[in-house]
Parts: sequence; structure tokens; C-alpha cells
Amino acid sequence: MNELALLVAAMLSAGTPLAIAGLGLLVNERAGVLNLGAEGMMLMSAVAGFAAAYHTGSDWVAFAAGAAVGAAAAAAFGWLVIWLNTNQYATGLALSLFGGGFSAFVGVSYVGRKLVERSHYSVPLLRDLPFLGTAFFEQHPMVYIAIALAGAMAWFLYRTRAGLVLRSIGESPDSAHALGYPVRRIRLAAVMFGGALCGISGAYLSTVYAPLWVEGMTAGRGWIALALTVFATWRPARVMLGAYLFGGVTMLQLHLQGLGVQIANQFMSMLPYVATIVVLVIISRNPLWIRLNMPASLGKPFFPGA
Amino acid sequence: MNRRSLLKHIALGALVAGTTLTACKSEPPPPPPAPAAPAKPAPLKVGFVYVGPVGDAGWTYAHDLGRKALEAKFGDKVQTTFVEKVPEGPDAERVIRDLVTQGNKVIFATSFGYGDAMAKVAKDFPDVYFEHATGFKTAPNLRVYEGKFWEDAYLAGVLAGKMTKSNVLGFVATFPIPEVLRNINAYTLGAQSVNPKVKTKVVWVSSWFDPPKETEAAQSLMNQGADVLLQNTDSTAVLQAAEKNGKYAFGWDSDMSAFAPKAHLASCALNWGVYYVKAIEDVMNKTWKVENTKWGIKEGMNDFVKVADFVPEDVKKKVAETKAGIVDGSIQVFKGPLLDNTGKVLLKKGEVADDAWRSQVNFYVKGVEGKVPSGK
Repeated sequence: MNELALLVAAMLSAGTPLAIAGLGLLVNERAGVLNLGAEGMMLMSAVAGFAAAYHTGSDWVAFAAGAAVGAAAAAAFGWLVIWLNTNQYATGLALSLFGGGFSAFVGVSYVGRKLVERSHYSVPLLRDLPFLGTAFFEQHPMVYIAIALAGAMAWFLYRTRAGLVLRSIGESPDSAHALGYPVRRIRLAAVMFGGALCGISGAYLSTVYAPLWVEGMTAGRGWIALALTVFATWRPARVMLGAYLFGGVTMLQLHLQGLGVQIANQFMSMLPYVATIVVLVIISRNPLWIRLNMPASLGKPFFPGA
Repeated sequence: MNRRSLLKHIALGALVAGTTLTACKSEPPPPPPAPAAPAKPAPLKVGFVYVGPVGDAGWTYAHDLGRKALEAKFGDKVQTTFVEKVPEGPDAERVIRDLVTQGNKVIFATSFGYGDAMAKVAKDFPDVYFEHATGFKTAPNLRVYEGKFWEDAYLAGVLAGKMTKSNVLGFVATFPIPEVLRNINAYTLGAQSVNPKVKTKVVWVSSWFDPPKETEAAQSLMNQGADVLLQNTDSTAVLQAAEKNGKYAFGWDSDMSAFAPKAHLASCALNWGVYYVKAIEDVMNKTWKVENTKWGIKEGMNDFVKVADFVPEDVKKKVAETKAGIVDGSIQVFKGPLLDNTGKVLLKKGEVADDAWRSQVNFYVKGVEGKVPSGK
């Protein structure tokens, strides 16, 4: 029983970086901007977060540094694609490749460094519950923040006027422009928010999850987060589901190996990807649902007054 | 844009990122020596191919210490170059060829997966000496060298068998090749020599270097009750995961005591320098010949170092005795009677494993749980 609780706890922890990055990317995609630079932003933020934690010893400074670097990288991307109307795909890929190389370059002196003693977190009282305490209430605060964020985001997108404006810009920037909304500035804000969340996700990986810095350490999680937003049809709750599913199957396959289950481990390594895609494809199999949810102007440049 | 083309773009992006992210760096060669007296010979150029980054604190770091030992020993008589993070695949051949055409006369390739590439390039350049770590393919100008890492793993097992409370040990493994399986088995046998109740759980991560995945693997082993971990991955992630969970683990490849003061029981350290110095002396003295070098604690190629202060005195003594026994040959790690974990007899009573036996280890000994993953 305790083993199962520990497995659930590990699943939550493994899904959290994907959830945070996925939620961030969802916001800029809802505004009509596709940022393929997620992996690069996460890597640059991971090294920034690690450096910040290394010098200050605080996770929160690390998250702030990660968010700042992610937002700054996203702002550069946003300026290129929103004002200069460069191709979003090419620019995003460029950001991804640049981020990978640049983070390796600036991070050289942090490879193999050790962070100060990590603090343990747990929720008082609730942590003493049998099973539930171990499974859910001995997590890093960022795990709960991610869940709260998903709720807040669903509320913002579907229950507030600002959320409606954001979505309308993703659907039809021309109409929003005609109504007098500053399309470009709102898109930039959305892109920077997405970058900041990718940054927090990167910093979480390098300072809480691993915790160490080596180049390329995000190991494709940025791409997985990007794919998650699509398969989740741009709905926050489904992004969370996909993220935990991916984290869960990742941990489960390692767990099964430890139990001596006799399945080829190469097959097991593939499972998280397959399971996540299958489940999300099944729940979003209705084509009407996809058309209703996909931001109509996603990936398209906007020319005001054109 | 429709959904299909969006997916295509994302897939394309992932592909591009995957294939281009592996950058290669090489140390800028020192400025060419000033044209000195003609009597002074040009330095012997030596190239190293590394599988990880030199800063990994593990396998590649240990090889790089060996390279530095070479420079310290021979000074300006040698000139070394390295290329790090070389994937084990078609890229390796290109990198090795590149090093040869840059004028390197001795090439050290430091990972198992470079075997085919080394054999190919060696055939094309008969006047260059090729040295392949942990390999098995030889040629007139290609030889292999290896440490007896299983001796370290056995000593780690002795210590683990004494320190475990749950009687469950964990091993974070990379690929099911003889080198790795030997370590898993030796770790288990070492533990059983002092504690017959010990069982070992194994998790495969299919990578030499993937810290987040190593952390996850270590976590899942500890979740299932393992309280002393060993790994043959190349980062400090397993050790740090053990520290976080209040469990024990070992350093692998180099002294990793600084990374986890409470979890670190000892380190299985490699000292490639002794072999590199010998290999270069062979080349310089023109005594180089094809060999299959296997050196262990006795020759100084590997060692079991930095046993933690908090380990009880009697356990320390037991470890020291075992080490002495390995050095003088009175303790053999793989000897009969030895059964695999399905009950099949591997070595009969009185039999002692030889190199050929050790190079074909493809099983778990009794006490290791599960089944060796195979490609089938």
C-alpha cells in the first residue's frame, strides 16, 4: 500500500514540469501564436534556475530567474513573429536550437556542481493521513501551484472578459483589431506568459527534480509539452491529465521493471508516449470538438490594417 | 493551418532538434611549438573520443583525468585532443576519422559502442594505433583495454550487504551487455557473501547519461524498498536521489563523496591514467602489440575509495580484508558453485571464471530479481 502511495507521489512529481510548460504554451496558442521554442526556453531557464539556486540556495529565486529568462527569450521570439511577421515555425525552431546550444555554452561551469541541501516540503496535518498523506501531501509546493494554475487558467479563459478577448484574438485577430483591441501587445503578453511558465518548468527540472545541470537535460520535455497542448485540444484540464498520464506511465514502467515484470525495457520506454497519445486521441476523437477548440488563427501572422 | 500540418510541423521540429543538438567541442590545441632545434622531435599526437561531457563527474571525467595524467607524465612530448559527447553510432566513425586526419597517431575510444567504428577506421590507417576501452574487437593496430570494475562492484556489495536494513539492494543499469551484467552480479554476490538474505532489484534506463531518468529509476527502486543503490550510469543523479530519500548509494567511476555526504558509502573509482601512460610508452618504445588488457585493483586501474566515516569499524575491516583478498587472488568474485536466478548451474563447485566466461555474462545470478532484457 505504501509502495502504491509512493508511486502516485512520484507520478505527480514527474508530471508537474510537463503540466506547467503545457499550460504556458496553451495560453500563447490560445492567442494564436505557436512557439516551437519551448525546449530551448526550458533549457536556458534550467541553467539560469540552477545558477540562481547555486548562488542563493533558494528554489524560489531559481523559479523567478527561470521565469525571467523564459519570458525574455519569449519576448525576443514575440517581437520577431508578431511585429516583424517572421514565420512562427522557423523562428520557434531557431529559438529551440539556439536555446540548446546557448544553455550548454553558458552552463559549462555549472556541470557537476552540487546544490545546497534540498529542503523537504509537506503539508502539515494532511501529511499524516494514511496513504493520502504519502501520495499527495509530501510534494514540492510547485506541484500544488501547477494544479491551482490549471484551475485559474480555466476560469480565466472561459469565465472572464480578458480571457474572452485573448481567445477572440486567437480566433480572429482582424475582428479583435476592428473592435479596438491591441492585438499585438496582447499576443506579446501571452507569448511572454508562456515563456515564463516554460521557464519555471525548466528551473523545476534542474533545481527540484534532478537536481543538477547538464546540457540537454530537459531531454525533449519541451516537445512533449507542445504535443500535449494539441492532443489536449487546448483545454487546461486535459493538459493536466496528459501531463500526469505521461509522468505516471514513465514512473510505472520503471516500477514494473523493479518488480521484475518481463517486458522488453525498450518497449517500456516507449509506453509513456504511446499511452499519452492514445488516451488523448480517444478523448478528442470528435473532429467537431477539435475545430471548436483549435484557435483559428494559430500559426498565422497578423497584419493590422491589411 | 489544419491540425495535421500542425502535427507535422511539431514532429519535424522534434526531429531537427534531436539530430542537431549534439554539438562537439574539442579543446583548442595549444599553440604550435616554436620552431626549436631540429633535434627536438614533434610531439606524439593523441586523440580521445568521449561518450559524455567531461564534466559528468563520472565515466568521461575519469577518462579525462587519465588524459591529464598522460600530459603530466610526458609533458611536451605528447599533445592531446579530445572530442566529447560523441554518440555511439555513425557519428563516431566520422569523429575518429577526423581525429586521425588531424594527425593523431594514437586514438583512445572510451566507450563500448565505438567498436565497429574503430575497427573500420583502423583498417584504413595501418600506421595509427587504436585503443578501444571495454571493447572486444582487435586488429593488427587495434587493441582493447578494460578495468575489472566487477571487483569494485563486489566490494560495494560487501558494504551494501552489511549496511542494508531492508535486505533489498537496487541497481540502476544502462544496457544489458556483459560489462553491466557482471557488475550487477558482482554487487549481488558481494552482498550475499556477508548477508545471504539479500535480493537485488534492477531497473534499466537505456542510457549512459540521462540524469532526470536516472533519478526516476532510483526513486522507483527506493519506493520498492531498496535501501542501498549502485548504478553504472555516469552522473551523480542516483547518489543525490538517495541523499534526498535518506538511503545509501555509491559513487561510480570517480570519487563522488562531495555530492551526497550522508548517502555516500564509498566510490568505485577508475584510474585510466596507469593504462594510458603504459600505452603511450609502448608506442614511444615501439613495443606496442595487440593485447586484451584487463587490469584491476592490483594494477591500480580501479579502486574502491572513500569509505564513509560513519560506516562501523568492523564493516570497514571486512571491506579492507576483501580488497586485500582480491589483490592477492585469494578471493575470486565469480567462482563455483554459482547458480543463475532460474536455478541453472553456471559454475560447478571448484570452478573459477576465466576471461572467456566473463565476456559472455548474459544472466542474473541467484538473488537478482527479474529477467535480463533481451532484444528478442
